[in-house]
Amino acid sequence: MIISVASGKGGTGKTTISVNMALALGAGVELLDCDVEEPNAHLFLKPVIERSERVEVPVPLVDLKKCTFCRKCSDICRFNALAVVGKKVLVFQELCHSCGGCMAVCPEGAITETGRELGTVNFGARGDIRFINGQLRVGEAMSPPLIKRVRAEADLQLITIIDAPPGTSCPVIAAMNGADFILMVTEPTPFGLHDLKLAVEAVRLLGIPCGLVINRADIGDRKVFDYAESEKLPVLLTIPFDRRIAVAYSQGKNIVDEFPEWRERFGDLFRKIEAIIKDRGEAVSCAK
Amino acid sequence: MREIVIISGKGGTGKTSLTAAFASLAKNSVLCDADVDAADLHLLMQPEVRQRTDFMGGCKAIINKDLCTNCGTCIDLCRFGAISEQFQVDAIRCEGCGVCVDFCPVAAIDFPVQRCGEWYLSETRFGPMVHARLGIGEENSGKLVSLVRKEARQLAEKQGADLIITDGPPGIGCPVIASIGGATVLVIVVEPTVSGIHDMERVVDLAAHFKVPGMVCVNKFDLNIKMTEAIEQLALRRNVAVLGRVSFDPSFTRSMVEGKTLFEYGEPTATWQQVRDIWTHITSSPSMNTLGIVDLKSSIQ
Ligand code: SF4
Ligand code: SF4
Ligand code: SF4
Ligand code: SF4
Repeated sequence: MIISVASGKGGTGKTTISVNMALALGAGVELLDCDVEEPNAHLFLKPVIERSERVEVPVPLVDLKKCTFCRKCSDICRFNALAVVGKKVLVFQELCHSCGGCMAVCPEGAITETGRELGTVNFGARGDIRFINGQLRVGEAMSPPLIKRVRAEADLQLITIIDAPPGTSCPVIAAMNGADFILMVTEPTPFGLHDLKLAVEAVRLLGIPCGLVINRADIGDRKVFDYAESEKLPVLLTIPFDRRIAVAYSQGKNIVDEFPEWRERFGDLFRKIEAIIKDRGEAVSCAK
Repeated sequence: MREIVIISGKGGTGKTSLTAAFASLAKNSVLCDADVDAADLHLLMQPEVRQRTDFMGGCKAIINKDLCTNCGTCIDLCRFGAISEQFQVDAIRCEGCGVCVDFCPVAAIDFPVQRCGEWYLSETRFGPMVHARLGIGEENSGKLVSLVRKEARQLAEKQGADLIITDGPPGIGCPVIASIGGATVLVIVVEPTVSGIHDMERVVDLAAHFKVPGMVCVNKFDLNIKMTEAIEQLALRRNVAVLGRVSFDPSFTRSMVEGKTLFEYGEPTATWQQVRDIWTHITSSPSMNTLGIVDLKSSIQ
């Protein structure tokens, strides 16, 4: 079961929800931090990291001894990552999308592949909670391949909770695609609502069931609640603004540890999600 | 031409609310929303759109079933797993590399260019604004960021404005990289939390690559004074100027609900003065000199 926690707007509490839900479950669960540009879940879960792997993507390497400067490679490259200038072939590694087109097209077999470092994937655990995160190398622009790599490490026997990046563009899609459920975390402000609407559009594009957590539920207005009702988005949990929670968060402490009454509520949150996924599974099998 | 780019690393630190507050203090400036993925600044600026232009990004493959001979070449070559056994292209997975298009032996694959969003030239109560909306799930956010920044620059030159205020995206990936290059100063808005300082460090590392002068202000500083101090010390170590502190103030949210900037809502509070002082600090810093001379001494280390 894969639950992706997303938000549209940043800073609404995605990481808080992901980590606290994992802690409330305690075992049989893994947390994948796919916010690879700014991974934060480890600051709160505090896992023991057991090993790290460097992640690379293939980029072309041109053997000038074989090259006839025919320009076929630079012609096929849609990302302007290759340029043939006089008796040189320039590779702009950071623009390369690793499609392999240049290598496939080169008539002289002059192109092989080398690696560009995307970042690292770290593996660890806190107690019985498995933990994996991706960390984009500073200066690297393309996060989706790293996100896909983190997701490829998921253990399908476990409940997988994914902490997705903010926004609605390609990195978020990479973190949501193929999930069984998307939990959207929002706040009841104009920014929260606006970005939530965009995120819901993205989820609908993928056709995955979703539900809401409304964080700091009493700070703004009621429009997010109205929107949820009109769009039939179930509100699965509301968390009021509490300065004590904000202060605990600032210190890297978790709600379920500091305020035990919340442990049960995060457990309930998971059970509600589980029920929706099950219902839907049955609905789909009936439809067939 | 000078451009202040406001970024944060971590989302939700109050970057856009502060950008809007700065915009209301600035004189003769052009506003630019470079957070094209989840643009929010327009909610406070209520721009009147004067010109709307499609943003054309990459292409996507479409297989013409009538011509396809099911040879399988495209499936073998596509590295993004975007083509199904039934020779159907999954538009979400398609990276737009065009390799299948070029190698299909019977030219059965179309490759139409996609409309990936749109961008706008608008008028607001604080002057002109350039902003955009990236389509849902689209790539090319970096390209769109570069485009709106370029348009903002041209507009500023045309109108004789001498300042651009740019609301940047969160993170450190492609849209952020596109936002930073060539900025006069970066203003980094941080919140005093373990994640705030962690994300700031990564954004500072990124900015150091581009040799832009950086400045930092801590928003909601009173939530955690110790962390605020740690952030300011980190800033000084990295040659990032400390601009000041902004209190945790619910009137940011309340003014947002009304579509207003901080200074347009309610009675003056202590926060008003804090934000004004920060703005004065930014505009009077050596890097912001009117001659636009690059101040190498203040670039982030
Ligand atoms: S396609 Fe091969 S031979 Fe032609 S320019 Fe590129 S590397 Fe050289
Ligand atoms: S692998 Fe693809 S994107 Fe990279 S250089 Fe070759 S053709 Fe261009
Ligand atoms: S390469 Fe062309 S002909 Fe062959 S399966 Fe693909 S679309 Fe069909
Ligand atoms: S354009 Fe590239 S990514 Fe898209 S289907 Fe063709 S080979 Fe795959």
